[in-house]
Amino acid sequence: MAGTVPAVQAKARQVSRNQALSESTWVKWTLITLAGLVMLWLVVLPLLVVIAEAFKKGWEVYAASITDPDALSALRLTLLVAFITVPLNTLFGIAAAWAITKFRFRGKQLLVTLIDLPFSVSPVIGGLMYVLVYGKRGWFGTWLDDHNIQIVFALPGIILATLFITFPFVARELIPLMEDQGQQEEEAAVTLGAKGWKVFWHITLPNIKWGLLYGIILCNARAMGEFGAVSVVSGHIRGETNTLPLHVEILYNEYQFSASFAVASLLLLLALVTLVLKAWFTRKHAH
Amino acid sequence: MKTATASNRGVLPGFGLTLGYTILYLSLVVLIPLSALLFNSTGLTWEKFWGVATDPRVIASYRVSFLTAAAAALVDTVLGLLLAWVLVRYTFPGKSIFDALVDLPFALPTAVAGVSLTAIYANNGWIGSLLEPLGIKVAFTPLGIIIALMFIGIPFVVRTVQPVLQELEADVEEAAATLGSSRLRTFGSVILPQLAPPLLTGFALAFARGIGEYGSVVFISGNMPMKTEIAPLLIMSKLERFDYAGATAVAIILLLISFLLLLATNLLQRWMRKSAR
Amino acid sequence: MKKGLRKGILISLVFSLAVAVTACGSGDKEAGSDSKKIELLNVSYDPTRELYENYNKAFAAYWKNKTGQEVTIKQSHGGSGKQSRAVIDGLNADVVTLALGYDIDAIQKEGQINEGWQSKFEHNSSPYTSTIVLLVRKGNPKGIKDWNDLIKDGVEVITPNPETSGGARWNYLAAWDYALHQNNGDQDKAKEFVKKLFEHVPVLDTGARGATTTFVERGIGDVLIAWENEALLSLKELGPDKFEIVYPSESILAEPPVAVVDKNVDKKGTREAAEAYLQYLYSEEGQTIAAENFYRPTLESVKEKYKDEFQDIKLYTIDDEFGGWAKAQKEHFSEGGIFDQIYTPGQ
Repeated sequence: MAGTVPAVQAKARQVSRNQALSESTWVKWTLITLAGLVMLWLVVLPLLVVIAEAFKKGWEVYAASITDPDALSALRLTLLVAFITVPLNTLFGIAAAWAITKFRFRGKQLLVTLIDLPFSVSPVIGGLMYVLVYGKRGWFGTWLDDHNIQIVFALPGIILATLFITFPFVARELIPLMEDQGQQEEEAAVTLGAKGWKVFWHITLPNIKWGLLYGIILCNARAMGEFGAVSVVSGHIRGETNTLPLHVEILYNEYQFSASFAVASLLLLLALVTLVLKAWFTRKHAH
Repeated sequence: MKTATASNRGVLPGFGLTLGYTILYLSLVVLIPLSALLFNSTGLTWEKFWGVATDPRVIASYRVSFLTAAAAALVDTVLGLLLAWVLVRYTFPGKSIFDALVDLPFALPTAVAGVSLTAIYANNGWIGSLLEPLGIKVAFTPLGIIIALMFIGIPFVVRTVQPVLQELEADVEEAAATLGSSRLRTFGSVILPQLAPPLLTGFALAFARGIGEYGSVVFISGNMPMKTEIAPLLIMSKLERFDYAGATAVAIILLLISFLLLLATNLLQRWMRKSAR
Repeated sequence: MKKGLRKGILISLVFSLAVAVTACGSGDKEAGSDSKKIELLNVSYDPTRELYENYNKAFAAYWKNKTGQEVTIKQSHGGSGKQSRAVIDGLNADVVTLALGYDIDAIQKEGQINEGWQSKFEHNSSPYTSTIVLLVRKGNPKGIKDWNDLIKDGVEVITPNPETSGGARWNYLAAWDYALHQNNGDQDKAKEFVKKLFEHVPVLDTGARGATTTFVERGIGDVLIAWENEALLSLKELGPDKFEIVYPSESILAEPPVAVVDKNVDKKGTREAAEAYLQYLYSEEGQTIAAENFYRPTLESVKEKYKDEFQDIKLYTIDDEFGGWAKAQKEHFSEGGIFDQIYTPGQ
């Protein structure tokens, strides 16, 4: 599919919007200023505190904290967990959104609400349930123990807990969007003889790419930053099952304030990497 | 691709596959573990459940959790709409940085967020010291909890509104404009109704997340029983005394209420969509 | 252009599934128990990190010297109660070194630790001890000398919530015990005292570190009730020019106990090393490391050497005063227990 035609259309749309639909300049800049202030107050200020605390004891302490072997192993683990959970939940999100928005069936609202359910479960409880299923006293505990398989307090448990916490993000992003778009385009393509996957790749995917992207970004951010649920299933073994957020907490509890914030700033850096990826994606798809 | 099921559902394929996969995955990751929580033999009897549910301290903690979460989600909905609007409709220098910052509340571990916010709003903090002469206390009051939950919830609203706003067709707005409708009226009568579903979703998500949030709140709330003690904290303190049953009871009630709220918003959303057509 | 996107999604999906499968498969690897190398997992509570970081090195050297065996000790730190729950639910600890006996009792109740663990090692299986002291701001502006000064008008007290912090239960019990002695054992008067005390607490943090932050960084409160080792550490880390330690007339002997997790060491075949690991804590070297990290040593010779660091005050034990942890926990911190009553209106 050529990307030039939609791009031109988008540009044309932009131009007409600018002429007939823009607010007056002063409204625009008032809104931008307001939004800027909100961001500054709500988001930027806490981040500044993190950075200020991270560098409070100087650059050496900062560098030492983030190159500490335990911090690095926590970083590796966090990336690995995000790398596994995000694609799995993305696949699920797409499938769920397709089923929910393209078809009518009974119990749809219930299904949508069930997908939201992990949001309303306190993260601590989210972790606890996996302990109750896979832990020593859990449903499969004895069997797992006999076969020497460790799920909780090891990598699989951390992955499961993260899957649970980030479960709804992609689906939640896509459902309202796809509902809005309806299914005419896809139906037209099918009537013209296109096969299922083709319809999805060529028609649906381009239409939902923004929602999908935001879903993935949110899912990824949350996967890397999750603390509560992971903390219950991790076992906190230093250098082995500590993710970055857990490492931050442990350093904090050990009276290593600066080091703890330095590691936290590492997480912010990871989020910035996501930003670069997104900017790259946007540019590629805008031209 | 089988079309047998599709034929009586419309022309689109993939219903069986996607719904089947959705339900399987949902069961594996969410429903089975959750049922382990509900049917677990941790000794939760009906009397115990009732005793926990009607404990004045537990009830007070629900009140704190729900009121602060609702307030935070409400403010987030308004602010989130503003942020999403500005990000989608305008170009200005530094926009991409602005856009990226929206996600950072997710990436920051909640405990770090809590400590940082407390540092800002405590009486000797950057903002707290400005507010103190005015007699406004934020840290260690319900107001502090609201601010922490606002921080946690803002990405939900922005990120659900943004894609819908991005895909919003300009022709309807154009039509309204050519018909002589003022910009503000176009916004109120044409744009806002289309944004209502994602706004509602954003609100519901921020709200549900706020109810369950623990890490960031415990640092700023002061945790005074009956006043600023949140329900997830009671779950923690029950676990700390190995009272799995009590913790489960608090969690189940929390879960039920938020589930009903989410269900209500989803139904409301459907109704809005229907009446809009 | 879109082809690239599609390919990317597909590749990453396949790859992540592969990683997931291998990750789950690798979950079952056993701790290496061949005769030359051995691995121990010490599950501990929060403020012992530096202590065990130093001690693990010392023990590894000692063990290598003695048996020729290479031992690596992995550490897990967290809240004491949470760590105990993790071991119960399957965290493969060889030894536990927690903040209070109650948390080890809980593991024993599940059968993973044999009965009588507390008499397995000397001094109630507590190789090092500590006590509860009062940290005040420099110059002691509110003139705080003892427990009863904490309930004077205008004094604000910072202490973590004993329900969520195992360490803070010692704080509470120390205050209770003092009130009991002041009132000839009158339980009601003691209850009134702790109730009044907690009316002076403006912020109830969930853990010791949170409470220290509230006191030190936020500038809230006149007194911080803290473990002696943490108070000494705060002085060292945050500067003795800002705070000073007040020793009350009497306090409680905090005994953080240690135990071998019998089920796990028998399964892994690490019993010998695990027992030696805990036993060596009582040696001159182990005791010195404990003292260097602000824990009170129990070995006489080391005690003598560090007697200037740790002020001598009257200390009572949980067993003598409260009849052991199980009883203290039930009376004070269970649901509807005395602490719960303090905060329930109308009681």
